[in-house]
Amino acid sequence: MNPLTALGARTLKALRSMGHAAFFFLDILQAVPAAMRRFGLVVAQIHAIGNLSLVIILASGLAVGFVLALQMYYALVTYGATESLGLIVNLSLVRELGPVVAALLFAGRAGTSLTAEIGLMKAGEQIAAMEMMAIDPKSRVLAPRFIGGLVSMPLLAILFSAVGILGAYVVAVLLLGVDAGNFWSIMQSRVDVWRDVGNGVVKSFVFGVICTAVALYQGFETEATPEGVAYATTRTVVISSLAVLGMDFVLTALMFSTG
Amino acid sequence: MAKKGIETLVGMFVLLGLAGLVFLSLKAANLASFGTRDTYTVSAKFDNIGGLKARSPVRSAGVTVGRVTSISLDPKTYQGLVVMELDNNVQFPKDSSAKILTSGLLGDQYIGIEPGADEKNLGPGDVVKQTQSAVVLENLISQFLFSKAAEGPSANGGGSAGGAKK
Amino acid sequence: MKSDILIDIDHVTFGYDSSRTILNDVTLRFARGKVTSILGGSGCGKTTLLRLIGGSNTASSGQVKFDGEVVDARDRERMYRMRRRMGMLFQFGALFTDLSVFDNVAFPLREHSDLSEVMIRDIVLMKLNAVGLRGAALLRISEVSGGMARRIALARAIALDPELIMYDEPFAGLDLISMGVAANLIRTLNDVTGATSLVVSHDVPECMAISDHVILMAPGGRIVAQGVPSDLMDSTDPEVRQFVRGEPDGPVKFHYSARPLAEDFGVQATAAA
Repeated sequence: MNPLTALGARTLKALRSMGHAAFFFLDILQAVPAAMRRFGLVVAQIHAIGNLSLVIILASGLAVGFVLALQMYYALVTYGATESLGLIVNLSLVRELGPVVAALLFAGRAGTSLTAEIGLMKAGEQIAAMEMMAIDPKSRVLAPRFIGGLVSMPLLAILFSAVGILGAYVVAVLLLGVDAGNFWSIMQSRVDVWRDVGNGVVKSFVFGVICTAVALYQGFETEATPEGVAYATTRTVVISSLAVLGMDFVLTALMFSTG
Repeated sequence: MAKKGIETLVGMFVLLGLAGLVFLSLKAANLASFGTRDTYTVSAKFDNIGGLKARSPVRSAGVTVGRVTSISLDPKTYQGLVVMELDNNVQFPKDSSAKILTSGLLGDQYIGIEPGADEKNLGPGDVVKQTQSAVVLENLISQFLFSKAAEGPSANGGGSAGGAKK
Repeated sequence: MKSDILIDIDHVTFGYDSSRTILNDVTLRFARGKVTSILGGSGCGKTTLLRLIGGSNTASSGQVKFDGEVVDARDRERMYRMRRRMGMLFQFGALFTDLSVFDNVAFPLREHSDLSEVMIRDIVLMKLNAVGLRGAALLRISEVSGGMARRIALARAIALDPELIMYDEPFAGLDLISMGVAANLIRTLNDVTGATSLVVSHDVPECMAISDHVILMAPGGRIVAQGVPSDLMDSTDPEVRQFVRGEPDGPVKFHYSARPLAEDFGVQATAAA
């Protein structure tokens, strides 16, 4: 096969798999209403995806808040502008770091566990067994997990930002001596609920869709071998992370342009 | 299966998230300062709105009394038409003036309202007649340069090329 | 009028991909109410037949009919109606690992019926009792042995009292006692419930003991022989004899095709050994 044919074949294969993924996504969306009727399943998934990610999200949020406060302080102190520390930390978290870092952590923790779980279910013929029992695996297994991810992601991003601001407060006011009143009031006067917090929430919602859909797809399409599952979990993290970072650029450009 | 336990935990998680959202909105942003209080609409025309944006604050004596809702170009007079909402509790006389001011030296711009002396107050839909446009930095500099040049041999007065107009 | 034939496989050809055809123009009939075993070596298409009957795959040519209706995976509504009349026992059980034994067996009942939890409990315990595992109802799947898992899967497969029960390699990997238990269960279930059973296996003694009808297949879906068990056991056909007696060499060769021995070891072949 000469290189040109090979390139053509590879491109066609990539296009076909993108189309396959798109249909998969549409199938899951179609199964969402049916899944919502089995609310118990959705609740269980929110627990597995959201609650169990709380520890890493809160810990990371706190750590990022600490570090941001420290670093920004060193930068601002040269201009005598340390009163704005709260504002800068808030905007960094709420507009960017909260949604993005929370999404990356989510892909790593919840995304891989979803992929592995679905992959192993498929390998153990549980999906086939469900189909033979005339039960649609998309509405019983995939859609509840999708809804769980969609609900969990924005909540996790919000908590990341909130905890980060509190962490920054601790470092800035208690350790570095920034005035507490100014810390909050300058932040309050310049951070806009709809533009900053609201856009951040929209971003995290989009990221939730991306990370969960990728994780479910990789799990569902994996080969039923140990290597297959391992490879699929790696792909989940890589693809989710790249997609999140790419979408972040697009969304930031759309939302925060000065026009 | 500890179903009840899981439901409780998920409920707590969602509540925690919502509490975080409330915290972010109230303590860390400006939702508290202008919620859903009743407001009335007033407009004003400026030759130059400078860096004024929608949702910029409207202040009087430094206290925020309203917000800018929209900025557009009046096609007939080619002036900037600024529509703003003022808090119902605050009334201004009909001859009050609106100026576009800057907070600090290089900060965000806002509308400052100075009360006039009229007995009647501005009502909904009224237009603020007295306005002062934003100070454009370039114009300030060129005005300064011109006036410096005028102090020299040339007798031509410092015609203000733009700058603050009344 | 109910026909004697429950499943009708009519000139079916199928391959998972275009390069390999697993089944080539296969025609078979399965009688209602009987235990039919499909025997054959690995890769001869036995499991594929089950998948075609269950609608997991669609034949590229020919038709599969279940109780007179064509099995068509694209007609989802009809497919799901048909599948509710079938039960399938997968090779390793395919139990839902996140549920308990009880919940696994209750699964089809909760999904497909509106019965109250009280009634479901009774039915689940009855099904577990039929396979001898009523005492294991509260165990988690990780706590049961392989043989037990198969029996639980069987209880789950019969939860809705299906007309057709398909068994994919039910004896693979079991010890002799468990094999005997499984064989006994298959036969008894079939007789007591009046269902039709299809057993896919390569375990000759067990299948011969419990089947009404036996089909021997070879790669390509070719039907070597079929009939009552005694017909195949007494057959003089070399292929049949090799399979039922388990002879290592015969029409199915021991050696994978290779170059002559002498070539691989670099020696000259001497005349007559």
